[in-house]
This record gives sequence, C-alpha cells and structure tokens, in this order.
Amino acid sequence: MAVPVGNALFGDNYLSHAKGWKSWLFTLDHKRIGVMYLVSILASFLLGGVFALLIRMELWTPQRTIMDANTYNQMFTLHGAAMIFLFIIPGIPAALGNFVLPLMLGAKDVAFPRLNLLSYYLWVAGAVLALVSIVTGAVDTGWTFYTPYSTTTNTSVISMTLGAFILGFSSIFTGLNFIVSIHKLRPPTMTWFKMPLFLWGLYGTAIIQILATPVLGITLLLLIAERALGVGIFDPALGGDPVLFQHFFWFYSHPAVYIMILPAMGVISELVSTFSHRHIFGYRFIAMSSIAIAVISFLVWGHHMFVSGQSNLASLIFSILTFLVAIPSAVKVFNWVATMYKGEVELATPMLYALSFLFLFGIGGLTGLFLGALATDVHLTDTYFVVAHFHYTMFGGTAIAFFGGLFYWWPKITGRMYREAWAKLGAFLIFIGFNTTFLAQFIMGAQGMPRRYYNYLPEFAPYHKVSTIGAFILAIGFVIAAGVLLHSLFAGEPAPANPWGAATLEWQTTSPPPHDNFETQPIPGDPYDVDRWVFDREAGGYVLAPSGAAGGRV
Amino acid sequence: MAFGFLAAVAAGGIVMVGLLLTENGVMLPPQASSVAPAVDSLFKFIFWISAFFFLLIVGLMLAFVIRFRKRPGHQKAAHPPTHNTLLELTWSGIPLILVMIMGVWGFKVFLDINTPPANAYEVQVTGQKWKWLFTYPNGYVDEVLHVPVDQPVRLVMTSEDVIHSFFVPAFRIKRDVVPGRYTKLWFRATKTGKFQVFCAEYCGTSHSDMLTFVEVHEPGGFERWLEAASNLLNTLPPAEAGRRLYQSRGCSQCHSVDGSGGIGPTFQKLFGHEVVLKGGARTTADENYIRESILEPMAKIVAGFEPVMPTYKGRLKDQEITALVAYIKSLSGEAQPEGGQQGGNHGSTGR
Repeated sequence: MAVPVGNALFGDNYLSHAKGWKSWLFTLDHKRIGVMYLVSILASFLLGGVFALLIRMELWTPQRTIMDANTYNQMFTLHGAAMIFLFIIPGIPAALGNFVLPLMLGAKDVAFPRLNLLSYYLWVAGAVLALVSIVTGAVDTGWTFYTPYSTTTNTSVISMTLGAFILGFSSIFTGLNFIVSIHKLRPPTMTWFKMPLFLWGLYGTAIIQILATPVLGITLLLLIAERALGVGIFDPALGGDPVLFQHFFWFYSHPAVYIMILPAMGVISELVSTFSHRHIFGYRFIAMSSIAIAVISFLVWGHHMFVSGQSNLASLIFSILTFLVAIPSAVKVFNWVATMYKGEVELATPMLYALSFLFLFGIGGLTGLFLGALATDVHLTDTYFVVAHFHYTMFGGTAIAFFGGLFYWWPKITGRMYREAWAKLGAFLIFIGFNTTFLAQFIMGAQGMPRRYYNYLPEFAPYHKVSTIGAFILAIGFVIAAGVLLHSLFAGEPAPANPWGAATLEWQTTSPPPHDNFETQPIPGDPYDVDRWVFDREAGGYVLAPSGAAGGRV
Repeated sequence: MAFGFLAAVAAGGIVMVGLLLTENGVMLPPQASSVAPAVDSLFKFIFWISAFFFLLIVGLMLAFVIRFRKRPGHQKAAHPPTHNTLLELTWSGIPLILVMIMGVWGFKVFLDINTPPANAYEVQVTGQKWKWLFTYPNGYVDEVLHVPVDQPVRLVMTSEDVIHSFFVPAFRIKRDVVPGRYTKLWFRATKTGKFQVFCAEYCGTSHSDMLTFVEVHEPGGFERWLEAASNLLNTLPPAEAGRRLYQSRGCSQCHSVDGSGGIGPTFQKLFGHEVVLKGGARTTADENYIRESILEPMAKIVAGFEPVMPTYKGRLKDQEITALVAYIKSLSGEAQPEGGQQGGNHGSTGR
C-alpha cells in the first residue's frame, strides 16, 4: 500500500483546488466547511472571551467598577449565550468533526454535503440574529431564559431565542449528517469496534443532537408565542406554569452538556493514545461508555430543580440517575490514565492539553458529586460553586479538548507545523490562568456567594480579585496560542503527512489533504495499532514500517 | 511542564488539607441551624472521597508521564496491555458503590431539610423585585425575618413577579420562591444573631441587592420584639412610625431619602415641590399625590423613571399611609414649615 508521506502545500490540495471567495462560500467540501466553521467559532470564542474579561473587571470591586447593573446583567447573558450556543456546542463536532470525520472513515465527504453547507449557513443566520439582539436591546435573562422573567423583561428576547432556535436546526442537521455518514460510509473492513473513538464520541453526540434539540426548539417557540401573542404557557399571570419552562429547558440543556463533552472525550482518546505511542487501553469500555452517557443524559435533567419545588421522590430519582452518569465518565478517565502505562509519553502541545484535560475535568467531575447529592446541592446550587463546577467541565473539559484537538489536527488542516516551545508556553499559561480563575470560585461559592451578582459583600472581595487576575493570565495564554497558530500560517515548516505517529486514516493522506481526501483508498486496520508507524528522519514524520518491524525505532 | 503540573498538584493538595483542617474549613460558612451539621458531614465525606480519587488520578498520571516519558534510552513495552476486563469492572464498581452511598445519604438529609415538625411557627414570605417581606401571624409585616432561637419556623413563600430564591447560607437552606404558587421551607436556628439572606435566583437589575437578614432572638426576646414592632403606629409619632415603615416595607429599596439616585425618585425635598411627569405634565407633590402614588403607582409616572413600582393597595392600611406621608413631609427641607402645617391638618382630617 502506498501511503503518502509528505506535504501537499505546494501541490494540489483542498485549499488550492479552487480559487476565489465563491469557491469557499458555495463549497461542498467538508474540509472547507470545517475551516469556515473553525474561523466563525473562534470569532465567537473571542467575543465570549471579551465579555468574560469585562465581567471579571466589573467584579474587581464589590460595587460599581466599570459598568452599571443592567449592562452587567447583559454581559453575563451574552457571555453565556455566545460561549454555549456559538462556541462549545458546535465547536468540536462542527469544526473539527466536519474536517476529520470523513477522513477518519476514509471517505470523500460526509453523506450529505449540501445539508452540511446548509447547517453552516443556519449557524451563521442564528449567530447574526443573536448579534442583532445585542444591538437592539441586549438580552438580560441569563442564557437559561427562565420564565416569567424572560417573558416580562423589555429586552430582545424574541430575536435572541429565535437565533438559538435556528442554531438548534444547524445542530440537528449536523448530527443527522454524522449518523448517516458513520452508518453508510464506513469501509466494509471498519467494523463498529474498529472505529476511532473520536467517531464514537461524535456518534453519541449526534444521537443527543437529533433527539434532544427539537425539545429546545419547541420550548423556545412556546416562549416566543407567549411573549408575542400572550398565550399563557409559562407566565402565572396568564395562567401558565413557570417551572414547566425549566423542565422543558433542561430536558434539552442537560443532554446538551453531553453534546459538549462527548466529542471532547473522543478527542482526548485520540490524543492520549497517539502521544503515549501505544494502543488505547480498554477500547470497548471507552466506546460503550460514550453510548451509556448519551442514553443516561436524557434522564437527569431534574437535578437542576432540586430547590424548585419538585417532589422529594422525583428529586431522589434524578439524584441517583445523576450519580449513575458519573460512572462511565470515571471509567474513561481511568482508561486514559492506564493508556500511558508502559507507553512512551511524548509531551507535545496536544498532549499537554490532554493532561490539562485530565486534571481539570477530574476536578469538574468530582465537584459534580457535591451537586448530585441532594442535601449539599440545596446549599450549593445557584452559587459560585456551580459556576466553578461547570467551567471546569465545559472550559476545563470541552474547550481544553477543543484546543488540544486544534493543535493536533492543525498540521493536517493547514499543512504547517507551529513553534512547539511557544505553543507549550500558551498551554501552560492557560492551565495556570484557568485554575487561578476558578478554584477561588469554589471557595466563595461554598461560603454562599450567589451567582449572577453585580454587587457583592466585601468579605468575598479577595476571592473575586484572585479570580480576575486569573482571567487575565488565561487571556494572555490564549493570545500566545493564537499568535503561535497565526505565525505558523505564514512561517510554519511544511507538515509531513503523519507528524505524530497516529494510526487513524486521516494521517494517511498528505497535509493538507487533496480535494478528494485520498489519492489511493486507505485500508483501515486497528485505529490504535501505532506500532506499525516509525519515525522517518527524511520525511520528517512517521511512515509505515516494513512488515515485521513492528515497534521498531529509528 | 511535568514539574509545573507536579507543583500545581502539590499546592492543590496542601490547600485542600489546609481548607478543611481549620475549624469547619474556610469553605463552609458557620453553622447556625439544626440541619447544618448533617449537611456539612456529607459535604466533608464527598470532599475526602473526591480528594482521594483526584490525587490518585493525577498522581498516577504524573507518575506515568515521568516514568514512561519519551527520552533517549527509554524503550516502550513491546506489547503493553490493551485491556483488562477485571480491572475495568473493578474501577467501575467501586465508584458506583461510593456514589450510591452519597446519593442515599444526600436524600436522607434532604428529607430532614424538607420536612417541618408539626409545631412550627409560621411566617408568610413574599418575594418581589427587589425585596423580601415577612408577614407574621398577627398581620405585622417586616423586611427582616425575626425568629426565636431553638424553635422550628416554617416559611410559606410566594412571589409577586418573577422567580426568586430564599437562601440562608448559615442555615444551609434554599428554596425557590415562585409566582402563582406557594413553596415551603423550614429551619430551626441554633444560634442567636444576624444571618445573611440572599436572593439566589436571578431576578433582574437589582438582583444582587435583594438582601436581608434573619435575626434570631434569645428565648422571650422574639415575643417582646413582635409586641413592640406591631404597635408601631400607636406608640410612636406618625413621622417616626413612617420612617420605620419606610425601612420595613420596602420603600428604601428604590427611594432614597438623601437625594441620591435610585430605581424611583428620592423622597428628599419631594413634598410640596413640583414634579415633572412623563409626557411633560407637572403636578405638586401633596398628600393626595403621594397617596395615589402608593396605591396606583402607574397613574402618574415621574419623568425619567421606569413604571416598575407594584401597587400597595390592600397591603398598607390607611393609618400606615398617613404615617408614610408624615415621614415624607418631614424630609421636605425648607418647604417644611408651610407644608408641615397644611399636611398636619390634612392628615388628621384624612383619618
């Protein structure tokens, strides 16, 4: 089998295949759509990040620092909405997944390329509507839109929720596309248990996207109907039930947490195996735990309502189910750690993000136990403890995995290598900055500091100051990481086909891949049989070892 | 980098131990209710289990990174293990048992938090943007929750507008306060003193100012306080009674008395002065204007303010409104002699 070893930057590749802006805007190439998603999603991340810095600056003092209360309330709403709907939910599946999934399958494209492009434009439309609502009267409801506050506030709730509604369709179509692609485009020799774990993660995610997102859509439509037409559904003044909204909302939004984390777990499985230079440990347990998480995630939404007045019995059931969902997550973590055992651990930039993930997601997961237990949740819910917990899972988990994946697949996407030393410095500052920002929030939360507070009691000021300093360290880390990637675009060394020694199929084509992905159809084997790949000094990357030389080194 | 992680873990471990070795830890506020010790025991149980597993995972991770890191001379194992079903079942099973213990323990304490004893003293709680009102069995209303120590108190809560949440960190209790229904909460305070109350569910502009206290009285002290507070209007001059009502009935949340800005117009130099209304009309703030503004807040909106004040119809007695008018009158500055004279007459005829 002829496996390309080199770089196609100066030959024919998907970037050079067609020229002009039209060739991008009307492209059906999953790689280009992935790149467009990537650029848009990173822009959203920047926007959400700027909101976060403004929030942290305001909280530097217990009273007014730089903005008034209404502006602050809009800031945290927009920070949450931008980060969740525009960055974290689509981040890994739509940007990285779009690029990598067909390559990992050895396919030319996703199953429905036109639908894929439509998903992207729906994302753009939803994002634009959300931005319009910022200009016309920034929403101040929190990203959760709880009624009856959201039906009575005089801000642009309708355009914001309509934006989220449209974004939901983008998500549904992407999920649909991925499920069909995995079922129909898998090569005959790639059985379910020969599939890379990133695809298992995307598959589990897609199931949730298709089944849960419509509920959010319906809920947001009902909200719009109530606001625009005065139909009483959630507002008690109109005969509605405000807690009903919370049930509907979390029926989607809790599974959505797993839409965010499952693909991240898939990325980490790839990174840990590749950079330990050995087979993943416990493949089947990791794969099945993705599906277990997807299924159980539908049955835990009530844990957001332990103090909302639902019955004790309902609370007990939701609490126990919540603890159950912790088990498959724990299994994955143990398996990732075991994968490093007796391997050859290479501390490249993506691996640093993976190790960060294990550390941060460990804290995020374990602090979830305090919130799953009913008695402690009563005290901790709606405090900074919750804020810190979900940032450890969503940022420390999903976003860190996203950036790990970005640094991992960057050479494949762009055909360029980046400066390792600077990239590592960025990863390190992000790790330090993140912990500084959010560890302090656990302490003040447990002491009782409620979330979404503009003014706060002076006794919490030291914790807020530490947190704000951490946010700026974090920002510096991201500026360095962004600088490293931008620099590589212009001055990076050309990337080899397989710079890391991974065995999944996307590394068996040139970097960047040609328009049709592969010159010759690759033959899938065990996606974690990395021993067949050896470093070749001449190629600057890994090449297939002559048979019989497994595990050999140069 | 590996050493950076190592340092972070070591620092984290030391901080963790430090946090819990101090009296009741820096993580949890003082305990002041009957359920607080049980909640804290569970908190500490989960904390130590979590600390153990966290240090295990990160410790192993670092050990493997250091022991098996890529370096000259290090040869990876030819066939490292790819799975071990027994081991994997073990590390699924042990956490499962531990979290089930947490689940059942949490439920047991939760039932205590949610089940009031039969003899509880009942106080009605009303949440509204952005204040708390506590109505006692005799009809007296206050902005601070006064309770006796060592006696179960049951709160029956509802909201006038959006969802709020009644949160007392020192008591380890919290419950949403929902419009259109009653939610219930109970506690038995075990210490006297003042304890912070927060609104924990986001409710708009001044959400973070929706604060008050629980004041826990000595045995006998609560009854004496309620007796004196309830007889406000009979024992104090009207302006002084009005000042107390201004504090206790929520006026102070939005209306200042020193001329500073707020959600509503200041009361300083209001009485007897001209007021510009939305739309440009002018009127003079006299007794009837103030009375109307309290009972029909939407009738005349002062220019530059949002129409957000709720009506006090049915919530303030005539005598109380008169006292409030007397108080506002006393704040009117140089207009006082003339206005005070007139107001006094009007006030008495009004009664």
